[in-house]
Amino acid sequence: MNQEYEMVIGLEVHCELKTQSKIFCACPTSFGAQPNTHCCPVCLGMPGALPSLNREAVRLAARAGIALNCEIHTHSQMDRKNYFYPDMPKAYQITQFTYPLCTCGWLEIEGEDGKKRIGITRIHIEEDAGKMIHTPHGSLIDYNRCGVPLIEIVSEPDLRSAQEAKAYVQKLRSILTAAGVSDCKMQEGSLRVDVNLSVRKKGDLSLGVRTEMKNLNSVQFMGKAIEFEAQRQVGVLESGAAVFQETRRYNEETGRTEIMRRKEEAEDYRYFPDPDLQVVYLSREEIEQIAGEMPQLPDERLCYYQEKYGLPAQDAGLLSQNLSVSRCFEQAACHSKYPKIAANILIANWLPFFDFSGEEEFPQLWEQLSSLADLFGDARLNSGTVKNLAVRIWKTGEDPKTIAQRENLWQIQDEAALLPIIQNVLAECPRAVQDYHCGRQQALGPLMGQVIRRTSGRADPQIVRRLLIEILARNGEKENLGG
Amino acid sequence: MSLTKLSMAELAVLLRSRQISAVETAAEYFDKIEKEDGKIGAYLTVTKEIALRQAEAIDQKRAAGEELPPFAGVPAAVKDNICVAGVRMTCASKILENFVAPYDAAAVERLRQNGIILLGKTNLDEFAMGSTTENSAFQITRNPRAVEYVPGGSSGGSAAAVAAETAVFALGSDTGGSVRLPASHCGVVGLKPTYGAVSRWGLTAFASSLDQVGILARTVEDTGAVLQMIVGPDSRDATSCEQARGLFVADIPPQKKWKIALPQELLGAQISDNVREAVARAAHVLESYGAQVEWIRMPSLRYALSTYYIISSAEASSNLARFDGVRYGRRAQGYTDMNSLYEKSRSEGFGREVKRRLLLGAFVLSAGYQERYYRNALRVRERIRTEWQEVFTKYDAVLSPVSPDTAAKIGARDPDPVKQYKGDLCTVPVNLAGLPAVSVPFGKGENEMPVGVQIVGNVFSEQSLLQIAALLEREALI
Repeated sequence: MNQEYEMVIGLEVHCELKTQSKIFCACPTSFGAQPNTHCCPVCLGMPGALPSLNREAVRLAARAGIALNCEIHTHSQMDRKNYFYPDMPKAYQITQFTYPLCTCGWLEIEGEDGKKRIGITRIHIEEDAGKMIHTPHGSLIDYNRCGVPLIEIVSEPDLRSAQEAKAYVQKLRSILTAAGVSDCKMQEGSLRVDVNLSVRKKGDLSLGVRTEMKNLNSVQFMGKAIEFEAQRQVGVLESGAAVFQETRRYNEETGRTEIMRRKEEAEDYRYFPDPDLQVVYLSREEIEQIAGEMPQLPDERLCYYQEKYGLPAQDAGLLSQNLSVSRCFEQAACHSKYPKIAANILIANWLPFFDFSGEEEFPQLWEQLSSLADLFGDARLNSGTVKNLAVRIWKTGEDPKTIAQRENLWQIQDEAALLPIIQNVLAECPRAVQDYHCGRQQALGPLMGQVIRRTSGRADPQIVRRLLIEILARNGEKENLGG
Repeated sequence: MSLTKLSMAELAVLLRSRQISAVETAAEYFDKIEKEDGKIGAYLTVTKEIALRQAEAIDQKRAAGEELPPFAGVPAAVKDNICVAGVRMTCASKILENFVAPYDAAAVERLRQNGIILLGKTNLDEFAMGSTTENSAFQITRNPRAVEYVPGGSSGGSAAAVAAETAVFALGSDTGGSVRLPASHCGVVGLKPTYGAVSRWGLTAFASSLDQVGILARTVEDTGAVLQMIVGPDSRDATSCEQARGLFVADIPPQKKWKIALPQELLGAQISDNVREAVARAAHVLESYGAQVEWIRMPSLRYALSTYYIISSAEASSNLARFDGVRYGRRAQGYTDMNSLYEKSRSEGFGREVKRRLLLGAFVLSAGYQERYYRNALRVRERIRTEWQEVFTKYDAVLSPVSPDTAAKIGARDPDPVKQYKGDLCTVPVNLAGLPAVSVPFGKGENEMPVGVQIVGNVFSEQSLLQIAALLEREALI
């Protein structure tokens, strides 16, 4: 993008709450059921059906607010947002408009110049709509998702790049999953992002005209959509034209954003308080109780790993941001004598295979990990073997002890067994021995390599090294004496 | 004497002592409906099969010596905006002409638990919007006291069925007077309970903050007994109240000297002489029982009608948006896209009065007008509520007319909707404050049509209201 410009981005993130039942009826919320099987008169908007608020949804929303440093209001209100669309059988969505449950929060991301705090304007509770499926023979509607509880998290326009927006969504996901508020699975639609974006000349204090991009369902596409749209807006401004306030959609195939509707076409939702529902009340005690039940959040875990296991900040950071990674590490750490080794094995050998922005859970191989750490810590396996085993275990989930036993991978520490091998190597590599005696310490490396290779990688490198040095020193003395 | 002449209390005695069976009772009612409902038009749907099955089951249980609820076997009717599982529910609208309710309303569940036999569904003004039952998309209902007159509305079918003795009692709904007004015009008792006393689950919403299921019955005693059956909290209705318990037996002798208020605003020049005289006589009767009756002022009631029409229409515009032809109900032919499906289905499906209120409601909620109309109406509503509360710190009940006049002739209503709305002057303030009120027959007007008087009480004072109503009922009979 043109270096004179900067982006101003605010995000609206919709996130499904992890309740058993829907927000206004007892229908289940589980994903993937046969279409239109999780429905009742309430979520189908039958005449005479009435909503009754699922308190668990309110508690989870409050928990999200607490995790995001928001003020939680004891009194909030459900409103009706009126519009016609076939996926909304009542022709209104029950949401919170005037008095949301949470306001004034923030979260911290790793920005381009260090830590950056992103403001959260509000979090409100609402119900999800059904899903339209368009076929050549007409449109079909699945109402299973109708009435699934959502929170909408609205950020301040504090983000300045696609990178920051991506970091924000990642951080949000990591906090909300850790807090047990949501699964945040973008592929299943349990987390969806709307982007509000404008551009301005750097140094300008006023905001440019913004466009809104709706329903981005992957972090990658969101990043691309932001890059494209910012580029487009700069192009428009540079050509002397004006950006219009409008709603756009991102076309994943063309990589471009397309207009959906102009501001003038925007609907009047005629918000008003839903007369079927009482004011949502959470007492101060309840809010405190919810805060007290909060599971450990990523940044708290980071500090905890540093303190408890003595991990460096960067390692603690890698292990704390994804709940399933943390779970695997913590289990291994508390079952192993060597938590720090477990951390190193996991970070060095497994994390490179794990996609943090994806939706797959990190495999819970903690038993294997703790055993591997112990075998290494107790010098039963050497580091090369551990590396090999770690990669194999990632693929197969096998038990390290079983493999080591079967394939006889145990480390050789018996000096009597190692001495003849070392003698042979020294005899066969006069050149390296010569170099060593001339003062080139690094000649030790190839010699060690040879010894370890001849033990199929099983020789304990520490012992090999010590023995090599001892023998070479003795041989050197002999030579000196002899000469 | 014909079976259909008996009150619920009288009929229940015969049923309990097995002098008649539930099947015989139901059969006699269906005979009468077949013979006479043709000229009254109270029923939209008659549920003979369901009723006879219910009645047989009750007779069998009774024969087997099972303990049954006290009114088991009594037949009743239900307004056609209240769900009965498996039975068509039209709300007197073309848009729901072929809609079959998939579940029972809470009040209907309670009636079933009490062994009440469901005779059928009664006519109403479309979606309960109106006060003559002439806004039904299907048929006119005639006043059984004189068939050239309207029965009042919107629960006109329920009131007519009770008055014509084609139902022992009937459920109605009251958003701005829809139970009390037809009760007054047809000469039966009508009760609008406290908001939240009866669950709204299964009552098709017109204006959710005002709607309440009500009762039309022949006597005050029956009214109390039906209230006893249907009252009570319900977790499916977030606005239903925990306090809604207790006994509603009306024939307890009054233990106290009532303090009764007469608001001048509800007895002004708009009220016909017939009606004003009836209220004055009612006041005298109560005084003769030792009550202290005083005139009061309730200035905020001047704004009650406009407040009511803004709030009720606003809520209706949202509540009736679900009738869009997508998931159920009438879908128009020949639509070209999504919006034309909505437009055509709703244009064809809704009648004139409903459309008028939906437009009005959408307008008062729209951006730029909401503050001036809807939000202001909410503020005035609070003032009206406060004023009622002040009255009830000094008085036990408020006595007033139900309607400014007796029933009008069919087709004779003023074409100006605002003039029609003025007929709701005395009833809507009650709904705005969520109060209970009863309409009790008290004499006749010049045209020999019945006049009812209204007694309003504080929230959950149904017990007192029914006691006062019982005094007037006895006096009217003498």
